[in-house]
Amino acid sequence: MALIGVAMIISSCGNGSNKSSSNGALGSSAAEKVYVAPGQQDEFYAFLSGGYSGNLTVYGLPSGRMFKEIPVFSQFPTSGYGYSEETKPMLNTSFGFVPWDDAHHPDISQTNGELDGRWIFINGNNTPRVARINLSTFETEEIIEVPNSAGNHSSSFITENTEYVVAGTRFSVPVPQKDMPINEYKGNFKGALTFISVEPEHGNMDIKFQLLMPGFNYDLSHPGRGDSHGWFFFTTYNTEEANSLMEVNSSQNDKDFIAAVNWKKIEEYVNNGGGTKMPADYAHNVYDEGTHMGTSTMKKEVLTVDPLKVPGAVFFLPTPKSPHGCDVDPTGQYIIGNGKLSADLTVHSFDKMIAAIEDEKFDGEAYGIPILKFEDVLAGTVKSGGLGPLHTEFDEKGNAYTTFFISSEVVKWKLGTWEVVDRKPTFYSVGHLMIPGGNSRKPFGKYVVAMNKITKDRYLPTGPEMEHSAQIYDISGEKMELIYDFPTHGEPHYAAGCPAELLAPKSKKIYRLDDNKHPYAVSNPSEARVERNGNEVHIYMSTIRSHFTPDNIEGVKVGDKVYFHITNHEQDFDVPHGFSIIGQNTSELLVMPGQTKTSIWEPKKVGVWPFYCTDFCSALHQEMQGYVRVSPANSDIELSWSLGE
Amino acid sequence: MKKASLAMIVGSALLMGLFVFPLWNIELGAPQYPEPLGINIYINGLQGQSEFDIQNIDGLNHYIGMKTLPKPEDMWEFSVFPLVIGGMVGFGVLFGALGYFDKISYHWFFGWFILMTILGVLGMYDFNAWLLDYGTNLDPKAIMKLVNPDGTPMSYKPPLLGHQKMLNFDAYSYPRLGAYFMFLGMCLTLIAGYLGWKYKKASNLNYST
Repeated sequence: MALIGVAMIISSCGNGSNKSSSNGALGSSAAEKVYVAPGQQDEFYAFLSGGYSGNLTVYGLPSGRMFKEIPVFSQFPTSGYGYSEETKPMLNTSFGFVPWDDAHHPDISQTNGELDGRWIFINGNNTPRVARINLSTFETEEIIEVPNSAGNHSSSFITENTEYVVAGTRFSVPVPQKDMPINEYKGNFKGALTFISVEPEHGNMDIKFQLLMPGFNYDLSHPGRGDSHGWFFFTTYNTEEANSLMEVNSSQNDKDFIAAVNWKKIEEYVNNGGGTKMPADYAHNVYDEGTHMGTSTMKKEVLTVDPLKVPGAVFFLPTPKSPHGCDVDPTGQYIIGNGKLSADLTVHSFDKMIAAIEDEKFDGEAYGIPILKFEDVLAGTVKSGGLGPLHTEFDEKGNAYTTFFISSEVVKWKLGTWEVVDRKPTFYSVGHLMIPGGNSRKPFGKYVVAMNKITKDRYLPTGPEMEHSAQIYDISGEKMELIYDFPTHGEPHYAAGCPAELLAPKSKKIYRLDDNKHPYAVSNPSEARVERNGNEVHIYMSTIRSHFTPDNIEGVKVGDKVYFHITNHEQDFDVPHGFSIIGQNTSELLVMPGQTKTSIWEPKKVGVWPFYCTDFCSALHQEMQGYVRVSPANSDIELSWSLGE
Repeated sequence: MKKASLAMIVGSALLMGLFVFPLWNIELGAPQYPEPLGINIYINGLQGQSEFDIQNIDGLNHYIGMKTLPKPEDMWEFSVFPLVIGGMVGFGVLFGALGYFDKISYHWFFGWFILMTILGVLGMYDFNAWLLDYGTNLDPKAIMKLVNPDGTPMSYKPPLLGHQKMLNFDAYSYPRLGAYFMFLGMCLTLIAGYLGWKYKKASNLNYST
């Protein structure tokens, strides 16, 4: 019997997996490597973009535990973001209220090329926008729309002192937009590469200039660093300028380009009065931490730059097979172009590029922009034998890690020798990968997180739709080791990570009530009141465990527009109060300690209607409730309110 | 006698520490408060160990009907204690100075020490009485009414000194830096008296030889 038992255990171990490379967590110490015991905390923060969720999710590494979803471009009923009066302006655009986007590439602010943990930026791909999130409150503080752009994909990467965050357009479009035949695309459409300046103290964004490039598709980008600081590199595809059946027609050229942009040169040109101001409509939305309110301002003008007007600022590096990822190693010397239709990686050398530019060794031009000779700028080729290289990140030991979408693997190779050191399968169809700080001069090469597009058979099935999957590899040794996989929320398009100690100590615990400058805040429950202004009723309400002040309100009429301005008087970490009222057409609110938020309710029926706290706040949470009496529109009942009477 | 007088001056002056540092501290820890809530007790009022601790302790205590923690104007102690301590410091320094110029004998030093000890004991008694009232004089409309196994109402009086388990909280009550200054200062004044006595004895011996 015992023998049979042993045999069953052995056979069940290998069950369902014939891949000799994966023995499961029990085959090694993998489980120990990701186990963060109760009460212990993770070593790294990882910020995974939500792709089509429009948001940013915060995870711990190595545990893969999700800590928070930060609403950015999408309405978020959990907190009322995009529903509350204070946050609705954040989603304003020149197209009106756009409560969704496709959030792709987060990037953490840097100083001297190292992560400084002040802000994280992320792009909205669909209705072009860039957002800035404060990393002490983990709240979206600013969103700027990008005019003349469409498909803000090569974004939101930042220069090494956070001078600029870029927003390169994936789709070229008429600039300015106009009604014209689509098949006249070639030669008429433009690709805008937008440089958004970041004010060093508060992080406020402003479009400094837009480079109007030929009508290619600008796919991904990366700043130079070290010696190449001052340059920005953008991969392109569709240099064919096709406008239909793109999968075939934009994949005809053997080589597309990496556009190398000397932004310092253009900045100088602009600072000296260069560039052309062009009428444009775009929204600039700023959330103020003191007033707890967002405001949206429409801007009317943008400065554009014709690259031909700034000689020596823009060059094209021929790069094979529709390059997707564009990554620069921590030294700033190597620019890696991942030809998504090839098996190999093309690595350009920054020094060689500069030498070729100085010697004016050009191989023709495209729309007046010099094309450098492929052989003159090539540092080397990584012959990997994988298929569909997409993205590369780096550790601090001179290794690079590239994802291969088609062959579903991560390949580790050496910078300089271009030899492949190791390769490990992913499950499945991996897009981006992330090493904390892997996008900076100082990576923390302990883990790599691979973000996969297809999840099937990794977890219990949940119908045709599943969350995507991310996988954690230990890269501290010569060989990579898959140590964990976990489902993510939305599409984990790309991620940024940093050591926990960079953010945890400065994470805000409460908003100070005495710093609350919201115009409708009540700093003391005795100030709670109800005011009528025509058919608008403003309720100044405060909350504390476990009651609302006031909790009985009369004199509201059908057809009124009732504003609940709620101030949470707690000054204790992690004690929000919620608010919701029956029949509300928006969402509830979640009000943080010391914060004020406003929600609109338009009562449609006569009656006495309850409201209550939605966040389980105390032993008497269920009792945290109140009533609003709603009278007919023509009623003459006076406004009155009370608590404890 | 000069050494004794200097010790008397320094010792009584050390009581000034009470104007800067807390006398006592009561700390309340629970699993959901990994950073414990705490009250620092000064001779002129209470302060939270962290900025919002007083508000948060009051918030928790209202469930069991405890009064809110007193503001300085709510208790006579907070205006009288500084006067008493200030007065005792003044007298102590004065006695020391007079001793220095041989105007008074060491008996005054002992006298000061005994008076200060009596005042200290009275202070502790008063403090304990306040804790007792705070922990047992509960609002009859309190949300939670907890009783001991014998049916008597539960007391939430924090310990005068040491640790006590109170519901889900661990309460710790210990002297803080101001109290240590006072303790050290009082020891010094006692030593001052002893030195004065020794000096007196030695000089008496000298006269007799």
